[in-house]
Order: sequence, then C-alpha cells, then structure tokens
Amino acid sequence: MSLRRPAKNQPENFEFNSSSLEAAKSIVANYPEGKQQSAVMALLYIAQKQNDNWIPLAAMKYIAKFLDMPYIKVYEVATFYSMYNLSPVGKYFVQVCTTTPCMIRGANKLVEACKEKISENESELSNNKNCSWMEVECLGACVNAPMMQINDDYYEDLDKEKTLKILDKVLNGEKPVPGSYRGRVNNGPENNRKTLMDLKNA
Amino acid sequence: MLKDQDRIFQNLYNDLGPDLISSQKRGDWINTKEITEKGRDWIINEIKDSQLRGRGGAGFPTGLKWSFAPKEIGSRPHYLVINGDESEPGTCKDRDILRFEPHKLIEGCLIASYAIQAHVCYIYIRGEYFIDGQKLQKAIDEAYEKKLLGKNAAGTGWDLDIYIHYGAGAYICGEETALLESIEGKKGQPRLKPPFPALIGLYGCPTIINNVETIAVVPTILRRGGKWFASLGREKNTGTKIFCISGNVNNPCNVEEEMNIPLKELIEVHAGGVIGGWDNLQAVIPGGSSMPLIPKDKCETLTMDFDSLMAEKSGLGTAGVVVINKDQDIIRCMARIARFYKHESCGQCTPCREGSGWMWRMLERMSRGEASKDEIEMLGDVTKQIEGHTICAFGEGSSWPVQGLLRHFKDEIKKRNKFDPIVKENKDIPYLVDQHLLDKNA
Repeated sequence: MSLRRPAKNQPENFEFNSSSLEAAKSIVANYPEGKQQSAVMALLYIAQKQNDNWIPLAAMKYIAKFLDMPYIKVYEVATFYSMYNLSPVGKYFVQVCTTTPCMIRGANKLVEACKEKISENESELSNNKNCSWMEVECLGACVNAPMMQINDDYYEDLDKEKTLKILDKVLNGEKPVPGSYRGRVNNGPENNRKTLMDLKNA
Repeated sequence: MLKDQDRIFQNLYNDLGPDLISSQKRGDWINTKEITEKGRDWIINEIKDSQLRGRGGAGFPTGLKWSFAPKEIGSRPHYLVINGDESEPGTCKDRDILRFEPHKLIEGCLIASYAIQAHVCYIYIRGEYFIDGQKLQKAIDEAYEKKLLGKNAAGTGWDLDIYIHYGAGAYICGEETALLESIEGKKGQPRLKPPFPALIGLYGCPTIINNVETIAVVPTILRRGGKWFASLGREKNTGTKIFCISGNVNNPCNVEEEMNIPLKELIEVHAGGVIGGWDNLQAVIPGGSSMPLIPKDKCETLTMDFDSLMAEKSGLGTAGVVVINKDQDIIRCMARIARFYKHESCGQCTPCREGSGWMWRMLERMSRGEASKDEIEMLGDVTKQIEGHTICAFGEGSSWPVQGLLRHFKDEIKKRNKFDPIVKENKDIPYLVDQHLLDKNA
C-alpha cells in the first residue's frame, strides 16, 4: 500500500463549472438507477481536471452530495486509487515508469533527467512552477520501455538525452509530440518484422 | 511460424487503420446476425470446442465460464464486464487491441452479451490508457451510428449498450471481484468467493467477466469454427496468443503467435535475439511479473503454453515475456518487482499487506549483500506464509516471483550475503551483534 495524504492548504469551496456539470450528468446516466455511486471515479477525474490536476477535500464533499453518498466513501476512493492527486502537482505532470521491464532498459536515466531538469525530489514543483514529476509503477507500455507519461500522453523508447529535450519543451510550456522517440511504428519489432508482411507493404 | 492468414489480429501494427470501414474489410461485423441466429447453445458449444482459455492470466476455459450464467433472466439483469485493467508488468497487449482492433472487441461484446443474455456491458480500462480508451469510445460511437449497437444491435434483435469505465491506477482492480467493487464506486478490494460473480456479481446480479483479448478473439473463432482454433497449438492450449516481449532484447515487440511456440523462437526470431547474444541470457519471466522466472538452461527447450509452463513451476499468465540478460542484477530486478507488489497491495488481508513489504525490504538488503544467511530461508518462509492465506490471488502473485528467485538463484544470493553476525571478523559492526553470543564465541 502507499501512503496518501491530502494537502495541507485546502480551498474553502468547490463547485463544478457548467461543462463539468454536463459531463458529470452524462456519466451518471451510464449506470442503472440508484447506482449513481458508480460514477464517483469518473466524477473525481472531472474534478481533478477542472482543478488544475488535483482534488481538494471540498471537491470530495461536493461529489458526495452530488451522488447522494457519504463523504467518507468518496474520501476512501480518492485516497485508494493512485491516479487521484490529493495535493497540487504541476500543470505538466510527469510520471516515469520504473518497474522492472523499464528498469532493465534504463529507466533510472529518465529519473536522473527529471532530477536535473525539474526538481531534486519527487512531487516537487519546478522553479517555474509548471511541472512536477514522480516515479510510478508499470504504465503498461513495456515493449516501448523506457517510457514516461506526461498528463494523458505516453512518451516511449526514451533515453536520457531525449528525455532532457522533452522536459525542456515541457518547462517552456509547450506540449511535445507523444509516441515513440525512436521513430518506431506502434508495437511492431523495429526493422525486424517477420509477420503480416503483405499488409506492411500494401 | 504461424501463417499470416491464421492471425486473428491483422491490424496489430495498425497498417490498415482501426476505423469501422477498414475493420469491415478485415471481416469484422459481416455476418454477426447469422452467428447469433445459430443460438446461444451453439455459440457456447463452439467456444467450448475451440478450447479457448481466458487470456487474462488464470487461463479459465471461456465456454465453461459462459455456461455458468443463468439460463433464463430472472428478476435481476445480467451483465457482461470486460477487464481491460492491464497492469501486469511486462504486458501491453490489450492496449493494442483497444487502439487498433476496437471493432473486434465491440463485436465480441455483442456476441458474448447475447450468449449470456446481458443487455449492458461495461468495459473497464485502466486510467492510464485514457487516450486508448478514447479511441475505443470513438469506435463505440461509430458502431452506435451504424446501428451495430443500441436497440436491435446489428440486426440481431438483441439490445446492447456498452459503457467505458476508467480505473485510476490500481493494479488490484484487474482481479475480477475488485474490478466489480471498483465499478460500483468503492475501493478496489477483492470479495470473498463464493459466491462467484456468475451468480452474484455487479450490483448483486449475474455477471460474466472476461479479458479484452478473450472477447476480441471470439468473433473470429465463431466465423472460422472452433475446430480451426483448436487445430492451432496443442490439446487444451489451443489457438493464438499475443506475446509481449520486453526487456533486454534487440527488438522488443508485440506479436501474435501460436500457443506452444518455443520460447527461443519467440526471442530469436521475433524479438531479434537477446542483447549480447543468446549466451548472455540470464533468465526469463514468462508470463508477466507474477510468474516465477525461468533460468537460461531451461529456456532452450521451453514451449510457451499454460500447461508446459505449469510443469516448470511457472505459468503463462498474460504472456508478457520479460527477458533479463547477464548485465542485470537479478536480485535487484526481483526486489523491484517486490516493491511493485508492496505498492499495489490493497491492504485488505494482513499477510499480503505486511508480507509484501517484508519481502521487498529483505530483497533490497539482499541485493546490497547486507542480509545474513538465515534470512534466505526466512524469506522463503515469508512467501509461504503469504501464499494461500489471502482473499485473492495477489498473495500468490507477489510471493511466486520471490520463490522463483530462491529456487533458481539461491547460490547467487548466498554468494553475496555472507554476513554472519556471530563470527569474530564482524566484531566491528556492533549494532547488529548479539553481545552475549559474541562473548561465547570469543
């Protein structure tokens, strides 16, 4: 288990804006009547998106009321799942996978790059306040290792140099192009494809 | 090597595009109606004949699972839930299905829903795959537009709605009952079984849960016949499987191959060989991180299917092959996997919550050579205390890789960890020494 604590400085109030409200209502409609609690995970995402990538306690209370469920149940869910940020993170949130398949292909170099460029410690804002990083467990792109995720996008087949370049862009407030950074096409073997050759040449 | 025309996932590398029109060109959705007209029993029997086993790790026969669903809809509706919470380190097959072959999955959902009489299907996708989930959503929208979903889906007379539910970074939600808890909007903590989800599952209703890959191969099996699928691979380990080959190989890749393919062929032919040559191979994790590793000498002749790996005291799991060469420190690799399990334990059962942390800390010390000889046996003991003493299979998943390390690399650990607190030479490390023992030996 991992220890997750809400931030010390919490805003007083939270409310969905009109677009969040609309999204929330359409998600609640996906579940049977009376089972609106199912929507809590999606609603926490919506709150996180609206509130600069993190979820304040006020948002949990708001969602509890919205779904007519006890506040503690929302709190439980928000603290259980690791993708809900309970304290402020950068606008660009860098997650470096360091689980074994990435580790043996040099994920520690990516961590070094993050330490050099962003901040010495995990979950600490960069000097210009727009970026933070952390080590995470397997992100499920093992054949493209080592890799990292910035907000929703995957950046694959990296090494230290490429990571430094990506982070430079991010720190300048630009969004780098996601995908493989070795020019690889999806998950096929590089320069060594033996299968489905007719389609490749078609 | 498997012939190209026998590959189910023709668009695995996205040569053709994942949209509906290209999918139809590949044969998806052409005669869905005719398939369902043959009836539920025919579908379930055909899947039974194909001997398809679940692709999510446990390898449970799919046809048998479907036959557990109640024959008639009672007072409670039936549900189909698709498990796309792919988080096993070394595995990234479902992601490619979601983004490149979404219509195979959607059509499979329709056929499976019809077979088990479900009108609602939830597809649970791990939160990190948000972009890939969006691609699936686009495909679902396309299908709704062309009346392949919704009321009278694809002209079959069956109503089906599909919704995507995103997870939020919890590995444990890949366990089927934890996944149900998660859809219900709770913490993902597994339920006790029985009752099994086929009778009491989502919202207390009969629910069938299948992996993404399992459902995505169903339409092709029904089109080409269970016999065709059963003719590939070998008895009880039939068909094709997407293998993910990662780690220290020259060309890490996903590839669809026949079951029972030799591991060496998989690595040498498809993945371009081990970095530094075959002789530089140290060990292979054959089925995602929770399966025990296999040392090099056994890799020569090993074939990849459920039963032959079971005979090697390992397992096919999700078929995520992680190749580790001799440049890596095997104890550190396993210590990192132990850290993964420590992080992902849901905290419900004490042996797993506490034990996974113990195993991690002991392995970390062993990798630095700071453990005593006795601790090697103690570590084995800890794994035995966890295994079989938890609600779900996470206990086994976290202790098996450590047991594999102890089984095959005990000498390596012993060589590195010679620390013995009661011998004289170590007198200069007073903080770990039992003083009274020291006096006796002095």
